[in-house]
Amino acid sequence: MGVMTIDGRKVSFTNERNVLTIIRKAGIDIPTLCYNPELSIVGDCRLCTCEDDRGRMFATCSEEPRDGMVIFTNTARLRKYRKMIVELLLAAHHRDCTTCVRNGECSLQKLAKRFSVMEVGYDNYKEMHPLDMSSPSIVRDPNKCTLCGNCVRVCSELQGVGALDFAYRGAEAMVIPAFNKLLAETDCVNCGQCRVHCPTGAISIHHNRTEVWDVLYDPNVRVVAQVAPAVRVAIGKEFGFPNGESVMGKIVNALHRMGFDEVYDTTFSADLTIMEESAEFIDRISKGEKLPLLTSCCPAWVKFVKDQYPEFLDNVSTCRSPQGMMSAVVKEYYRDPVNNPDGRRTVMVSIMPCTAKKMEAKRPNSFTEGEQDTDYVLTTVELIDMIQTTGIDFANLDPESADVPFGFGSGGGVIFGVTGGVTEAVIRRLIPGHDKLTLQNIAECGVRQDGFIREFSVPYNGMDVKICVASGLAHARTILEQVKSGEKEYHLIEIMACRKGCIMGGGQPYTFGEDSKDARTAGIYRADSEAAIKKCNENPMITALYDGLLKGKEHKLLHNEGY
Amino acid sequence: MLDQSYYRKVDEIIESYGRKSSSLIPIMQDIQEEYRYLPGELLTYVAGQIGITEAKAFSVATFYENFSFEAKGKYVIKVCDGTACHVRKSMPVLEALYKKLGLSKKKKTTDDMMFTVETVSCLGACGLAPTMMVNEDVYPRMTPEKAEEVIDKLRGGGDA
Amino acid sequence: MIQTKEALAQVREEAKQTLGSYDCRILVCSGTGCIATGSEKIYEKFLEITKDAPGVVLEFAPHEQGAHVGVKKTGCQGICELGPLVRIQKGDQAIQYTKVQPEDCEEIFKCSVQGDEIVERLLYKQNDISYKKPEEIPFIAKQTRLVLENCGKFDAESLDEYIASGGFKALEKAMFEMTPDEIISEVDKSGLRGRGGGGFPAGRKWQQVARQKETVRYVVCNGDEGDPGAFMDGSVMEGDPYRLIEGMMIAAYAVKARDGYIYVRAEYPMSVKRLRHAIAELEERGLLGDNILGSDFSFHMHINRGAGAFVCGEGSALTASIEGNRGMPRVKPPRTVEKGLWEKPTVLNNVETYANVPKIVLNGADWYRGYGTEGSPGTKTFSLTGSIQNTGLIEVPMGTTLREIIFDIGGGLKGGAKFKAVQIGGPSGGCLTEEHLDVPLDFDSVKKYGAIVGSGGLVVMDEHTCMVEVARFFMSFTQRESCGKCVPCREGTKRMLEILEKIVAGKGELEDLDRLEELGEMVKNMALCGLGKSAPLPVLSTLRLFRHEYEEHIVDHKCRAKVCQAMKTYVIDPELCKGCSKCAKNCPVGAISGELKKPFVIDPKKCIHCGACKENCAFGAVSIED
Repeated sequence: MGVMTIDGRKVSFTNERNVLTIIRKAGIDIPTLCYNPELSIVGDCRLCTCEDDRGRMFATCSEEPRDGMVIFTNTARLRKYRKMIVELLLAAHHRDCTTCVRNGECSLQKLAKRFSVMEVGYDNYKEMHPLDMSSPSIVRDPNKCTLCGNCVRVCSELQGVGALDFAYRGAEAMVIPAFNKLLAETDCVNCGQCRVHCPTGAISIHHNRTEVWDVLYDPNVRVVAQVAPAVRVAIGKEFGFPNGESVMGKIVNALHRMGFDEVYDTTFSADLTIMEESAEFIDRISKGEKLPLLTSCCPAWVKFVKDQYPEFLDNVSTCRSPQGMMSAVVKEYYRDPVNNPDGRRTVMVSIMPCTAKKMEAKRPNSFTEGEQDTDYVLTTVELIDMIQTTGIDFANLDPESADVPFGFGSGGGVIFGVTGGVTEAVIRRLIPGHDKLTLQNIAECGVRQDGFIREFSVPYNGMDVKICVASGLAHARTILEQVKSGEKEYHLIEIMACRKGCIMGGGQPYTFGEDSKDARTAGIYRADSEAAIKKCNENPMITALYDGLLKGKEHKLLHNEGY
Repeated sequence: MLDQSYYRKVDEIIESYGRKSSSLIPIMQDIQEEYRYLPGELLTYVAGQIGITEAKAFSVATFYENFSFEAKGKYVIKVCDGTACHVRKSMPVLEALYKKLGLSKKKKTTDDMMFTVETVSCLGACGLAPTMMVNEDVYPRMTPEKAEEVIDKLRGGGDA
Repeated sequence: MIQTKEALAQVREEAKQTLGSYDCRILVCSGTGCIATGSEKIYEKFLEITKDAPGVVLEFAPHEQGAHVGVKKTGCQGICELGPLVRIQKGDQAIQYTKVQPEDCEEIFKCSVQGDEIVERLLYKQNDISYKKPEEIPFIAKQTRLVLENCGKFDAESLDEYIASGGFKALEKAMFEMTPDEIISEVDKSGLRGRGGGGFPAGRKWQQVARQKETVRYVVCNGDEGDPGAFMDGSVMEGDPYRLIEGMMIAAYAVKARDGYIYVRAEYPMSVKRLRHAIAELEERGLLGDNILGSDFSFHMHINRGAGAFVCGEGSALTASIEGNRGMPRVKPPRTVEKGLWEKPTVLNNVETYANVPKIVLNGADWYRGYGTEGSPGTKTFSLTGSIQNTGLIEVPMGTTLREIIFDIGGGLKGGAKFKAVQIGGPSGGCLTEEHLDVPLDFDSVKKYGAIVGSGGLVVMDEHTCMVEVARFFMSFTQRESCGKCVPCREGTKRMLEILEKIVAGKGELEDLDRLEELGEMVKNMALCGLGKSAPLPVLSTLRLFRHEYEEHIVDHKCRAKVCQAMKTYVIDPELCKGCSKCAKNCPVGAISGELKKPFVIDPKKCIHCGACKENCAFGAVSIED
């Protein structure tokens, strides 16, 4: 608590984490590459350095606010030094900016412009390293790394994985996996959070745009899309819509125009997932077996369990993820010549907020009858690129509804996009009634409370069902350790690898700060409110599917044989 | 693949420092002392045993100059290039050794695994500059000729 | 087992008696320097001679008849340049021998141990005067040895000798006659400032730790003396390990810490060995461990060896390294006194600082303030190296001038060369020149001239030293040792080094000097840690004081010290050249031509200044032109 003077103006503060936050609140966009409110403070880039009335210079990210401080943020030497730092970073950076994946969105590029760095007076001394394309989700380009360490901290602090770390030191320092292994050979869970926090093109999405364009242009291929819930609330901002606004109808229209033959909605298969997972849960509870049940929708989480907690693998639900169920069902549908009179090959493209889904699609258990269910996964970011390539005026498109028979989902399916959504949908399925009060009671049972770890219980069948919902794998680690030690006991644990759930997935457009998260979360809940049907078992298309195509094939199409 | 004896030895070393992350550096030092280098497989093994990620272990190992993933020679020669030694012409000593052993800045160990030549910042014997260290012994007042003699003596199996 | 202070007193009495019962003690210097010149062999030799000598008993044995002669290994006796050093101690009298070879031992033994004669030729000589007593040698006489008091006088591996010399009296006083607050206030009043370079008041540091709410605290000793050209702390750890440990124990008692860590740099195996020995002995005899001297004070000591990273001399990097991490400095706050090792309040001082503590506690703050200056009380150890007559380890009161150190103690420049500058404070320090010779060396005065006392490295440079090359050398050191964490240090020092290399290679431009200065100022102000901030100081300091040398390199392609290869113009003296063509054959670029049996010539345009011709000329016909 106190008042400080920033560039001659009095600014009051309360309990801000550091001086940097206060400066920003005072309306000055102090530059930084390495500071992130969610991560620990390292002070590597030094760009946020300011000076006080005694001429002392200090990085504001690591400075504790004190009453009476007098700070100058933009003195002549600060501006000069910041410019020099940016120049030095550029000098050690592979500057193929115009063809860089991050072109136009790169923090370093923006800084160069901001500080008018018009020439770089040094040669790049760094050895060129090959790109690591081994991961289906992420591409690492060490030549563009500024060594800010954001990815290292995200991977260890938020995700508890630690697949990347600094290696070597001084000018030779690099961020790499142990022994410079390929990312695909590490414990990387493919969540893509490193990419979200990378300021440059050093970590990017392993994109599949080219392959998808190829099939779109192929007349012998039926290209089918499915669109995940979280995509619809993240894409609009790129085309001028308010943050978090759901634009599913426009997405469907755009995809149709781009040449997708059918556009389905992943909320439909999310409903399928709830049908199966609820049944599985009831079965396990009644038998008292393999509890707690661990959700299986998030592939990063599933890989995390497989790599680090194999003793819990049996607890993971055998249900395929919504992406997996949709693709398996769609492929099965078109295997029937009745539905495929022209005999075209069906290619399934799923549009996801998630980089790990690219890995999930290639998992051995994502195949049916020897065929890969999901052929390509596009992230939200790739879809935006593709729409922009076409020149479609997205903002002014008329909304279209998704295609039948797999284009309609319940509100319970939509909320898969946020943390707690899967659980809430399960509870809706378990608890009878669909009146407003029942739904409101469910929403308020604790599943939507604040915090990354949510613990609560729900009465079911005369028992107290103990549930834990968490997002962020570091939290998942905490929970599993507690379960392991016997400190905690649950019946159901829902984990989403990315904090706040899929809306903040590794394949979403860059956004920082609480605003975006809150807006996207609100957008998802709004879409739920607007949905005519809230419960999966009341979705008529779901019941029709069970009576038709799925008969006797539930296990084959909707479950995994193991991980 | 290293044989089981390596792992038994490492288990012993781990035991003596305890299974905690702060044991990493002393454990690596002991392994390096035992085998004259730090075999990568053992580092991975140690990481698992003391509960840190492999990337972290690699990160720490590559930070410190003393750890080497490549096997070093029987005699590790460190030519001091501290201030005092530098001023008193330590570089010609290094070059003489390079020349004599066919080594360079990049190739530090002879093919017969007898000698590794490195530089070191300061050996703390500045009064006797220029100096060099062979394993743990410090050699004072080196000249290129003396350095060559030391090599000859070590090759002859003597203690120089 | 020494479990009470009475027991300690008894051990002290007995040890004193034993020490006094020796007829003679042969003290062989076992500092790193002397070991390097072969003092181990001298030690062995004396052991052998003593054992075999009739009528002589090796070591004191009360029931045996004969002359009791002890052969002991001591810490650094100081004049490393003249090792191996040996002192023959009889009662209060000592003879200092220098450059002792195994073949001299027999003679020394006969003359000085068994007899009372002196081996003239092994005495220290200066200006044709031979000195017998160590305390009369100008190099030693002009010093004030408080921290190094025991170094060279006692067996560095004998707890008894340490106790006999008054060791652990200070701990006893601290534990039984003073409260922790009183200890801290005494250290505070003494004005003892951190000897590691920063000069932060030790007492205040302790106070801040003692004030923390957290009750788990640590005492850590920085023995990662990484500055090239500095070996003071190594000498203390080797030569008087018990004093360091006693100082740490007093600190631990004062701030209520139960564990202490000494971080020793990897290149000091002898220090590690002696400290390990000392700790084991103290544990065995009950002076370290639980309930020390029957009190409720328990203290455990641990040794961590560095693994080759200069940056670990920085406090937060050092604690990170003890924790098993990369030794990278972290941002502050929180400071080490609040959250140091394992995020607990930590007293972090260097070796020399702790080694000062026992005497301060024992003799009081006022006594200590009798040495040194008002702002920097006490003494400071320096390692004196470079182009100087007497290289070695010295200790002088703070405020002693450079002139006194270089010319009185150091005996002037080697070979009577002309003094040019002294590099003080290692790679983080700066240069002082002729005009600064009378500046008193203390924390505050030196700072005014853009240098720092630092940990105490003094490298003397004469006219044969090229200041541009020196700056390049220090920059290459700091650049190589940069941890790489912050951009200014990682990228800035890299580019500064590139520019310096360019200048030294004769490819510099005048604009480079401005750029160098700008980069230096930026790194100094923007780097994360103290080491980064000080990395450009040698460059900035030489740029300020020797800018003309930089300019000569760039404009005139001239290195006045004739050090920089690229500036050398090789010429063949036609008078001396026999026309053998050997130079031409050895020239890697074909810059030399001529007819057999006639003088050859070097084409300066092709010459790459490698010196191969000069090296290979049997007639000395190739020289470097002025």
